[in-house]
Amino acid sequence: MNDVAQSLRTALDLIGSADTVLVRTVALSLGVSASACALAAALGLLAGAWLAVARFPGHRVLLLLLNTLLALPSVVVGLTVYLLLSRSGPLGAMGILFTPAAMVIAQTVLVLPVIAALSRQFVADSLRDGGDQLRSMGAGPLTSALLMLLHDRWAVVTVLLTAFGRAIAEVGAVMIVGGNIAGVTRVMTTSIALETSKGDLPLALALGLVLLAVVALLNTAMALIAARLRDPVGVPVPAR
Amino acid sequence: MSPPALPREPLLRLRDASVRLGQVQALRGATLDVYRGDFIALVGANGSGKTTLLRLLHGQVAFTGTREGLAAGAVQAMVYQRPFMLRLSVANNLHIALWLAGVPRTERAARAAAALQRVGLAALSDRPARVLSGGEQQRLALARAWAVRPDVLFLDEPTASLDPGAKREVEALLEGFRCDGMTLVMSTHNLGQAKRLATRVVYLDRGTLAVDLPTARFFADHVDGRAERFLKGELTWSLE
Repeated sequence: MNDVAQSLRTALDLIGSADTVLVRTVALSLGVSASACALAAALGLLAGAWLAVARFPGHRVLLLLLNTLLALPSVVVGLTVYLLLSRSGPLGAMGILFTPAAMVIAQTVLVLPVIAALSRQFVADSLRDGGDQLRSMGAGPLTSALLMLLHDRWAVVTVLLTAFGRAIAEVGAVMIVGGNIAGVTRVMTTSIALETSKGDLPLALALGLVLLAVVALLNTAMALIAARLRDPVGVPVPAR
Repeated sequence: MSPPALPREPLLRLRDASVRLGQVQALRGATLDVYRGDFIALVGANGSGKTTLLRLLHGQVAFTGTREGLAAGAVQAMVYQRPFMLRLSVANNLHIALWLAGVPRTERAARAAAALQRVGLAALSDRPARVLSGGEQQRLALARAWAVRPDVLFLDEPTASLDPGAKREVEALLEGFRCDGMTLVMSTHNLGQAKRLATRVVYLDRGTLAVDLPTARFFADHVDGRAERFLKGELTWSLE
């Protein structure tokens, strides 16, 4: 018990003194996950909007597959991206295995289905309400769907925060494609796993606390957005 | 103020048009000419096919038969019972409508401002559209339609869910549109409203266009059968 208390005190000291290793690890984690989410957002929102309006043979099967991918295990993503990027793989010539770029790709693959599936769902719901009216104003199907992304922009932000939360908290994919190289590809989750196995609890605990703080921040942001969605005014309208 | 004399050229012509919605024959053998300057009120019981006829005229539903459409370049618009507003400001909802209608960017601001002025919402242009009252939202929907300068405007029970004050405001706007020479086709359950506003009344009965008469004749006991019973029933209810 004393060991745990001592480790916690040391962890708080590391955070308080902005320990270089800690800061570098946190910065890399945030950078990799934010980049992955930005990439996945660009692709996933467009795919979600398109899937909400597209009708083609196999559409239902594709949706089923997409929803299944919501529970995609991160180690499977890691393994797949590893096989693609390894020297003998189809993308081996790029030479980016065990670099942050590989980790960004792996996390992009991991969160892309989350963004596409959730955005497809709320765009489809909104189109049921107002799709006919948008089309009667001259909007084509894809334009209507993209307008619904604008209409539901707070839901878009919530989806992106959810995706970021999934990306930053995963360990399997970045461990496999990043290799957990100190100072290069070591992020919070892989560092926690390593330090715990080494018995260096203070750094593991400090990183764990930062990770918890990031997740708490995301949850707070989502709660605020949910409150704003319930109250569409959000900010007072100035009197005229 | 009486409307200006306008040439009686047909804008739309339906010949033997039928619409099936799933297992329901929503409209059968509909034949109708819509002339420039008409204000047609579509009346009939629930499920008689009024909304389907509007959607058919507006080109929003698959059908069999003939629909000879508007001349090239002619513009049509539709206002719904519950208008769908994007989660944007009043002004931006108008800008989107104008963009969808293909109005050049340089003209949009002036046309949006004029439309808001026309419906008395200029002071609310920065307010979120979805927090407007039902009557204000319907006036915004009318502004959105008016701004694209339609040759023909379709209205699906535009005052059905409004209080008497808002109803009067909308009726005044519609009367103004008619005086400007706009062609209007409106479904309504309110026979008093049809009598006040329309130049022609079309009575639908179980998916067929049973009566098509000038308003004065329709309300002067020149109908018989089910139309007469409908008229008497509605007038009794309406006058109470």
